[in-house]
Amino acid sequence: MEGYLCIAPWLIGFALLTLGPMIFSFIISLTQWDLINSPKFVGLDNYRIIFTDDFRFRQSLKVTALYAAMSVPLGMIGSLCVAMLLNLNMRGMRVFRSIFYLPAILPGVAVTMLWMWILRPQDTGVLNHILGFFGVSPKPWLSDPAWALPSFVIMSLWGIGGGMIIYLSGLQSVPTQLYEAAEIDGAGSWRKFTTITLPMISPTIFFNLVMGIIGSFQVFTASYIMTPNGGPGYSTLFYVLYLYQKAFKYLQMGYASALAWILFAVVLALTLIVFKTSAKWVYYESEVKQ
Amino acid sequence: MNSAEKIMAKKEASRNRARNRFIGPALTYLLLTAGAVIFALPFLWMISISLKEPAEVALPGLNLLPKKAIWANYPKALTIMPFHLYLLNTLKVTFLSVIGTLLSSSIAAYAFARLRAPGREVLFFVMLATIMLPAEVMMIPRFVIFRGLGWYDTLLPLIIPAFFGSAFYIFLIRQFFLTIPSDLEDAAKIDGCSAFRTYWQIFMPLSKPVLVTVAVFSFVAHWNDFMTPLIYLNSVEKRTLALGLATFQDVWGVDIVSLMAASTAVLIPVLVIFFLAQRYFVQGVVMSGIKG
Repeated sequence: MEGYLCIAPWLIGFALLTLGPMIFSFIISLTQWDLINSPKFVGLDNYRIIFTDDFRFRQSLKVTALYAAMSVPLGMIGSLCVAMLLNLNMRGMRVFRSIFYLPAILPGVAVTMLWMWILRPQDTGVLNHILGFFGVSPKPWLSDPAWALPSFVIMSLWGIGGGMIIYLSGLQSVPTQLYEAAEIDGAGSWRKFTTITLPMISPTIFFNLVMGIIGSFQVFTASYIMTPNGGPGYSTLFYVLYLYQKAFKYLQMGYASALAWILFAVVLALTLIVFKTSAKWVYYESEVKQ
Repeated sequence: MNSAEKIMAKKEASRNRARNRFIGPALTYLLLTAGAVIFALPFLWMISISLKEPAEVALPGLNLLPKKAIWANYPKALTIMPFHLYLLNTLKVTFLSVIGTLLSSSIAAYAFARLRAPGREVLFFVMLATIMLPAEVMMIPRFVIFRGLGWYDTLLPLIIPAFFGSAFYIFLIRQFFLTIPSDLEDAAKIDGCSAFRTYWQIFMPLSKPVLVTVAVFSFVAHWNDFMTPLIYLNSVEKRTLALGLATFQDVWGVDIVSLMAASTAVLIPVLVIFFLAQRYFVQGVVMSGIKG
């Protein structure tokens, strides 16, 4: 009895703020509703239009998938590299850890404002100026369809601290005896990395991969502030930005709810794929693999 | 940790000190310093611009140090918009949400870690699954519900959900609670302690690291949240800092110097909280053993 009483706040919240709204959302997605007039039942029409006759839906899905394909692997490799460097018991590590971690928790709005300035297109832009030192010509960044999305990826790499701190906790739980044994056997750096580190932290990699995919499909703040209309040639029309526009700019609640359910289906499918493959590459401590 | 364990830990630490198993310590420092410079630069530029004269910002080049630091940029930027109102709203939202998150998540975590209830494992699995649920699915129905309750253009939609617990935080706290030895509770039970008192007087005081971690995560999430205020808040005097900052540019037509000064002001509290909690923070994440 006490057990249920203690779970009650979460359980009530789950029923009223998660499960109930999810069902409600699906019902809304079968209607045409502008919040002012009463909703009109239209069956699966919203879904049909989205899949057959909505250029911006296809574009936003493409933009988001491309962004995920670039930012997730780069972010995961980057944060693992930094975590490997930081997983060392030396003076000053706490300072380094803070410097790498901080951008991840700074307010998205302030960070985006800052990057808009860093990414200014002319050679007065800071990033272009620095690239100039290495002989790279100035890039148009946010003002050009080809460079706008990579700008978002670069910005996202500044925030890899969140993944890094989780890798760090994974790395710290790898028993040092394993490395010592490998060193006695004469294993080199690369071999130790591939045969000890990677398998031992594979649950952490798995966690970061799932969270990274989900997160990359939910980009909103940066896109709303940098390119509220979806950027040049809709090149940065992120999925959630499009969903937001449909819901709160055009007040098409039914259509936007259908978009939300499709987002849910896409994220769920990707997560399931990762889960399915995980049996092959994720090792848990107590388990023996052939 | 007793003293024998402490000595062991120290020995272990000194054995590992300054020894990277992959590349040498000198190369590690070199790479870390280069990376740290890259990561710190954008932030330093932000502060640098906020202290410059508008004419100086337009000059090409890096010019990290302003010719003369103009501190008056800050009071100027913070009075262009009703910063004090935004700050007050944000403090209200953040403070109440953190309290709500800590209480509701920790009590659910206690139940999931210790109390027997039929179906507990199923509920726990359902809860874990909600971590992966994109919030956007609930966005529109929640908006309709909160609007129906008359909560549109109030701070309530930003605060109330925190009082119903958050799956990820419940999970983090539960993992920590599981490490607390059960002898302690048995002693309490013999003394006739109720489950609630055991939670409040034994589990909570012992769980400072994870509670601080959750408080910091929750503080940062609410302080930085942009989408919820954007959807629910309409009048200028109700805005939070993140929303106020976003509308700064188009509504007030301000210069980059004021914009960067205001941005810096908005992120300073996050910095302060981070450094105050740092001792507990990383420890909390590491000990909870997030491994998926």
